[in-house]
Amino acid sequence: MSDPQNEMQDLYRELILDHSRNPRHFGRLSDATHTADGINPLCGDKLKLYLRVDDQGCIESSSFEGSGCAISVASASLMTDTVTGLPVDEAESCFEEITQRLTSDNDTSRSDAGLDKLRALDGVRAYPARVKCATLAWHALHSALENETTPATTE
Amino acid sequence: MSAPAHISAAASWRSDFPALQQEVQGQPLAYLDSAASAQQPASVIDAIAKYEREDHANVHRGVHTLSHRATEAYEGSRDKIRGFINARSRSEIVLTSGTTESINLVAQSFCRPRLQPGDKIVITHLEHHANIVPWQLVCEQTGAELAVAPINERGEVELGEMLELIDDKTFFVGVAHVSNALGTVCPVARIIEHAKARGIPVLVDGAQGVPHLDVDVQALGCDFYAFSGHKMFGPTGTGVLWGREELLDAMPPWQGGGDMILEVSFDKTIYNDLPYKFEAGTPNISGVVGFGAAVDYLQAIGMQHIADYEHDLHDYMVGELKKIDGIRLIGEAREQASVQSFLLDDIHSHDLGTILDHQGVAIRTGHHCAMPVMQYFGISGTARASLALYNNRDDVDRLVAALGKAREIFG
Repeated sequence: MSDPQNEMQDLYRELILDHSRNPRHFGRLSDATHTADGINPLCGDKLKLYLRVDDQGCIESSSFEGSGCAISVASASLMTDTVTGLPVDEAESCFEEITQRLTSDNDTSRSDAGLDKLRALDGVRAYPARVKCATLAWHALHSALENETTPATTE
Repeated sequence: MSAPAHISAAASWRSDFPALQQEVQGQPLAYLDSAASAQQPASVIDAIAKYEREDHANVHRGVHTLSHRATEAYEGSRDKIRGFINARSRSEIVLTSGTTESINLVAQSFCRPRLQPGDKIVITHLEHHANIVPWQLVCEQTGAELAVAPINERGEVELGEMLELIDDKTFFVGVAHVSNALGTVCPVARIIEHAKARGIPVLVDGAQGVPHLDVDVQALGCDFYAFSGHKMFGPTGTGVLWGREELLDAMPPWQGGGDMILEVSFDKTIYNDLPYKFEAGTPNISGVVGFGAAVDYLQAIGMQHIADYEHDLHDYMVGELKKIDGIRLIGEAREQASVQSFLLDDIHSHDLGTILDHQGVAIRTGHHCAMPVMQYFGISGTARASLALYNNRDDVDRLVAALGKAREIFG
């Protein structure tokens, strides 16, 4: 068992704190082609995700609104950073990889330079109660791309 | 201040609770989440274990020795609970799975058959979801309307407006004895007096009342009082609906099944007497045995003694919290039980909860199943520290130090 204080720093890494204080892509996207709501029923946190997908099936831009804990806001900020510019199918692969990585006991994911920044979220793996905070935005992404009409939840 | 006597008393109470003797994250556990669920003293745990090891059988059914013992233990708890809240008769003590079931029972069995479209049910803005949603359901089913009395910035019910809402169109009133989110002690006596003068029945949600206050249902004068075992140092899955015998008698059963009948045929079923009419199926026998042991524990100390101790400790906690830069207390009622919600800077309550957990300090974070309270204050949630008889000033100091750590991280 590692030192709890180090684990704490591992969860609230500088990159996470930076993205939670200054979230990127924050706000409404007026010409969105896809939107989804994400709700974490445990804490009542909500976010709304906007995507604009172009004719070639590429995520041209993305943004989000809402309030939440540092982990969920940072995760949404990092997520929108990551998927902007990606083809839809690659964004879906990211969703699968990230949710798999954060929820499984063993990290079996491939190394991928594009996802390296998201390693900042790996600290939540030690906090089962907080994994849902980190995956909420990703579930909303999946839901938006699937054009689901009911809000995404982490349940 | 008579702190020394209090401190020595609390030290001995604390040692009664095995769960509090452990370390969490390498530090002694400071458990400040009793309003969510209180820890159990060894006497409760031992009573359950003894029952399971030696006395377990089904109740009210067999003629054999163990069935007799199980029935004696189960019914013995009912008698203890009757004494604890000073109910007139054991027939008025309906054992349920908890406050939530107790309130739903009243909504569906007392209110639903009687409500007419346009009738009003009055509650307050402070309620836990368990004292909101059952009334919304029965309003949808009957065309009745839910009216909500407002609160003020201190987190108190606006009594004048509440009393105005309780008028000729009001069929029923539901009110929390103590707010779970803010700790506010509601002026239930005034509300009951006003409603009774108009012949309107009142249910008091006592889930947070019984752990902190000396409750006497006859003195209160309400018609129904609902509470849970696990908020008062008993096991989860146990609860009580106390109701006036004449009201319970006139209500149809809530669920059908074994134990709630006298005679069943396909032509006609005759229901059992009170309170068994409302206790269909095999109950949570071991839980109720533990519940009885929890009542014994509290009565041996005395509720007034506990209330005095908690009041002093809560004053200390509020004083210490107020010294922290960036603290915002949510709920500063003039009469408040030992529950305190707060925010620190703009740190989300879940982040606070995780950081505090790392210091071995357990608090509740989020909306506390009272989303309308959060909406009133324009926030998504709070951090909440709730004190019980086993807490002490060291727990409060640990809370304050851990909040300092949170400010360091979020700087």
